[in-house]
Amino acid sequence: MDSEVLVAGFLAAAVRVATPLMLAATGETITERSGVINLGLEGMMLAGALAATMGATAWGPWSGVACAIVAGMILAAAFALLAVGARADQIITGTAITLAAVGLTGTVYRQAYGSGGAGLSIPTLESVAIPGLSEIPVLGMALFDQPAPTYLALLSMPLVWWVLFRTRLGLALRATGEGAAMARAAGVRTKLIRTGATIVGGGFAGLAGASLVLAQVGSFTEGMTAGRGYVAIAIVVLGRWHPGGIALGALLFGAATALQFLLQTLGLDAPYQLFLMLPYLLTLLALAGAVGRVRAPADLGR
Amino acid sequence: MRALAWAIAAVGLGLAVLFLGLEAAGFSATAGLSALWLGAFGSWDAFTSSTLVRAVPLILIGLGISVAFRGGALNIGAEGQFYAGAIAATWVGLQLAGQPRPVAIAVLLLAAALAGLCWIVIPVWLKLRFGVIEVISTLLLNFVALSLVSFMVQGPLQEQGHIYPQSDPIAESARLPLLPGSRLHAGLILAVAGGLVLWFLFARTLWGFRLRAVGLGPRAAEVSGRIDSQGVGAMALLISGAIAGLAGGVAVSGVSYALFQNLSPGYGFTGLAVALLGGLHPIGVVISGILFGALEAGAGAMQRDAGIPAVAVYVVEAVVIVVALLATVPRGGWIGLRAVVRKRIAPGKAPG
Repeated sequence: MDSEVLVAGFLAAAVRVATPLMLAATGETITERSGVINLGLEGMMLAGALAATMGATAWGPWSGVACAIVAGMILAAAFALLAVGARADQIITGTAITLAAVGLTGTVYRQAYGSGGAGLSIPTLESVAIPGLSEIPVLGMALFDQPAPTYLALLSMPLVWWVLFRTRLGLALRATGEGAAMARAAGVRTKLIRTGATIVGGGFAGLAGASLVLAQVGSFTEGMTAGRGYVAIAIVVLGRWHPGGIALGALLFGAATALQFLLQTLGLDAPYQLFLMLPYLLTLLALAGAVGRVRAPADLGR
Repeated sequence: MRALAWAIAAVGLGLAVLFLGLEAAGFSATAGLSALWLGAFGSWDAFTSSTLVRAVPLILIGLGISVAFRGGALNIGAEGQFYAGAIAATWVGLQLAGQPRPVAIAVLLLAAALAGLCWIVIPVWLKLRFGVIEVISTLLLNFVALSLVSFMVQGPLQEQGHIYPQSDPIAESARLPLLPGSRLHAGLILAVAGGLVLWFLFARTLWGFRLRAVGLGPRAAEVSGRIDSQGVGAMALLISGAIAGLAGGVAVSGVSYALFQNLSPGYGFTGLAVALLGGLHPIGVVISGILFGALEAGAGAMQRDAGIPAVAVYVVEAVVIVVALLATVPRGGWIGLRAVVRKRIAPGKAPG
């Protein structure tokens, strides 16, 4: 009984930690499938987190979510303007966008809440138990007694898969990522596709930031994404640019973090940092082809 | 001269954006910028103990990144290599009590550079063996390094009281000498000397020629110069990692004297801006490193004296990076940088 509670708690924590990662990585999959690698993801999540905090304080949690999505999309549009429109180097542009977002969010946050920090009592998204499903022992609590963003993440997974692999738009998008020149010759408007895919990805990143604030942490702190945007990029690689794989990858990263809580609960003095390294090392192994075959879209980053 | 004009335009635009942004956000921008200036150049103490101290790791990391860039590779894992170097430097520095100072310092710095080298060997090997792009692998290893530091300062390297997440201070003999009356350490000499050595290597040696050839066009270098472009690129990354590791060693030996969790306030990413603003030219990188050191030193003063968040200067950094990149698109701008970045964008493909 006791162990069942522990396992259920561990799984629930893993899913909760994985949710923002899953959302951001799902968006980044769309972006990367079109041949754009967006290292500004970290900044877009951060902007989303702050926008969610401010929106939720002013008009309630769901407005916060909407603000976050818009904030992510605005930053993504700036990224697309430079990296797709002006063909500036994607990696460096992405880094610059993240730097700018760190600076902007820090400044706006201090201005809005003062240096003492605030927004401690923002309205958050509570857990919503799905009747019936949440009664399933162990798994029910982990998957079906979570705040709304988790369900959004789970629902967007099959949706994105369907759009990418079963629609003409998805075909054009993947063609753009695999060979922009040929796609263009075939009549695909590649710049439009890449810009669109980047902005949609930015919206997901904003949503991820919102879920981090409103459904996981409950308040905003400067630089709170702490590299989660980069982790999401790693997850896209680990998940082989595939929505299903990404869900598993995100859960793996979530589990590594949740393990830390579990070990603390059990009072074990194990070096949890070593567990935190594992998913990154696994991603490197995946890149090297040791964990299944991995192939990036051929025109990624070009 | 054009490069210089562009660089000045980039910094000017960055500061203008900061000024307007602060005004728009309701801060007193004039007070902010004057605090920034005074904090960076206002006094001899500010210049040496703040600006130059902050410039040292930025110059070193910027130099490292520019070596990789020149060879057509992008090392965004400098943060990780910096921490690898810092860990090694701390571990070695703790063992060196009683050794003669020059020996102790040399051993410490060598260990740091080696650790940075080892840290980047993994991405280089993955690239050569499996074709894994270095951008993702070096980025991932940043997080592994952060976890490793966290483990070290709460495990094997934790201070003897086992209370604080930090290491014991390193031996006195392993600390870099200071300029009397300031916190400026001899790492500056190292950074400037590093710039001069790299300048010589780039401009005057066959190795430097090969490196630039590969960076400008790997296929052309292979076909016309029979240069092993993979090997040259790998070597550039290795050197880049070693320099970033060295920066970690210098930070421990010259400033912190101990290992902390947040030893680097994002040097790896600021280093990218430093390298780009410096036009990937070693001397340019030294100058832009000092400029960014001033910016970060001034940012601290701006927060203290004008109540403006220090992170606001990241916006300046971002603008500088973007202008530097855009300057690579039209004619003119950074010579060399343009060609290198172009090649990264569309290797072997028609632009458009």
